[in-house]
Amino acid sequence: MNRFDFKRVDSVQAAVTLLCEIEDSSVLAGGQTLIPTMKQGLSAPAALIDLGGISELREIRIEEDAIVVGAMCTHADVANSSSIRQHIPGLAHLAGQIGDAQVRNRGTIGGSIANNDPAADYPAACLGLDATILTDKRAIAADSFFLGLFETALDEGELITGVRFRHCRRSTYLKFRNPASRFAIVGVFVGRGKEGWRVAITGAGRDGVFRWRAAEEALNGDCRPQALEPLRLSIEEMLDDIHAKGDYRAHLIKVLACDAVEKLLR
Amino acid sequence: MTRVTIYINGETVDEEVEDRTLLVDFLRVNRRLTGTHVGCDTSQCGACVVHVDGEAVKSCAMLAVQCEGRDVRTIEGLTDGEALHAMQKAFHECHALQCGFCTPGMIMSAVDMVRRHGAELDETTIRHELEGNICRCTGYENIVKAIRQGSREMQR
Ligand SMILES: Cc1cc2nc3c(=O)[nH]c(=O)nc-3n(C[C@H](O)[C@H](O)[C@H](O)COP(=O)(O)OP(=O)(O)OC[C@H]3O[C@@H](n4cnc5c(N)ncnc54)[C@H](O)[C@@H]3O)c2cc1C
Ligand code: FES
Ligand code: FES
Repeated sequence: MNRFDFKRVDSVQAAVTLLCEIEDSSVLAGGQTLIPTMKQGLSAPAALIDLGGISELREIRIEEDAIVVGAMCTHADVANSSSIRQHIPGLAHLAGQIGDAQVRNRGTIGGSIANNDPAADYPAACLGLDATILTDKRAIAADSFFLGLFETALDEGELITGVRFRHCRRSTYLKFRNPASRFAIVGVFVGRGKEGWRVAITGAGRDGVFRWRAAEEALNGDCRPQALEPLRLSIEEMLDDIHAKGDYRAHLIKVLACDAVEKLLR
Repeated sequence: MTRVTIYINGETVDEEVEDRTLLVDFLRVNRRLTGTHVGCDTSQCGACVVHVDGEAVKSCAMLAVQCEGRDVRTIEGLTDGEALHAMQKAFHECHALQCGFCTPGMIMSAVDMVRRHGAELDETTIRHELEGNICRCTGYENIVKAIRQGSREMQR
């Protein structure tokens, strides 16, 4: 691993200041993506600004009809939170399926979303729950946050501070995972909120996470799993790699989405 | 270089480390605690699992400087003295190892599992929880058996 300077901070403001001051600096959250990529030499920041000491970022805040998850909450924090399990069960269920127990003890929601890996789980929950990404400067709707493979709407030097999720009792996440890496080959998040159904797909899209709008429309008309039967996904828009072919992924999406809807209706 | 104070197996360690030092290298090279192993380069095998503030983590994916002021426990610190910890004893009795390379990580993960799920661990929970630990020779049957036995013994 290349040399770098390690910086500890105790406030969001201090982190942002350093991030702007030091050229080629990165923030360090759980390190479960960043440290392995640095070990492989794929990334070599001049400085790491550790967010681990900012206690406010580790909070789960309960609002009247929403829950704000601090950026540094670990996957284990989210999976085990009783309020999240009660009000947004799909989110807790999703967090409990990320990686393995040790990764869940360190990896954070902020890191996962900032990274926007096309096979990561959280982006599907953000889209499927119509979440709002909070940063040190603004609030960004999930619909305009995830821009492509590993690309987000974050500006240089902008820090995610948390994610606001509105309550959604009817939500679930089904994942067909790569047995070695545990990332999603296809992950389907389905939620039925005040404005209707939302279906978000991760792991499968050539441009990363996406909403399957045709499925949403179909379910808004007829909320039975059969409503998805006639739908076809475009194979050209699917990822096609050593893990799975495009047509296989397209098929899996439909199977998982039907199962998810059925599970929610039970 | 950064000065760190870390509590390792109950002992206070106060040392200068290079910022890029991984926790696993700090333990093995600086502290000569070689029970913690390195089995992969992809954060997948779990041979390096230790507890930081009581939680199982992969020490190959964490920096030593991130442990400032924290409590680190390795396989060497599982018991004081010569007697084996209940989980170590169960691995021994159930023949849950062949080469033993994965064993320290398996045991540290197993102890964390019991902390979170209690003593009555069933096979499904154990298998799900073992996803971050890879064994390349024993096969998992006896490991699962050992963790069931160890979890019950730990509660005694
Ligand atoms: C073995 C293994 C299995 C895994 N399996 C899965 C899986 O099944 N599903 C899945 O979704 N993920 C999986 N992951 C990835 C894991 O969830 C990571 O924890 C996550 O992607 C990154 O979060 P982190 O906190 O570790 O971030 P870090 O690695 O610390 O940071 C990642 C990137 O985000 C930036 N960043 C971090 N926090 C912020 C912030 N608050 N604001 C702005 N930028 C920020 C960093 O600068 C860095 O570029 C796996 C990882 C491993 C090692
Ligand atoms: S050495 Fe840490 S997971 Fe393999
Ligand atoms: S006992 Fe040899 S790798 Fe597990």
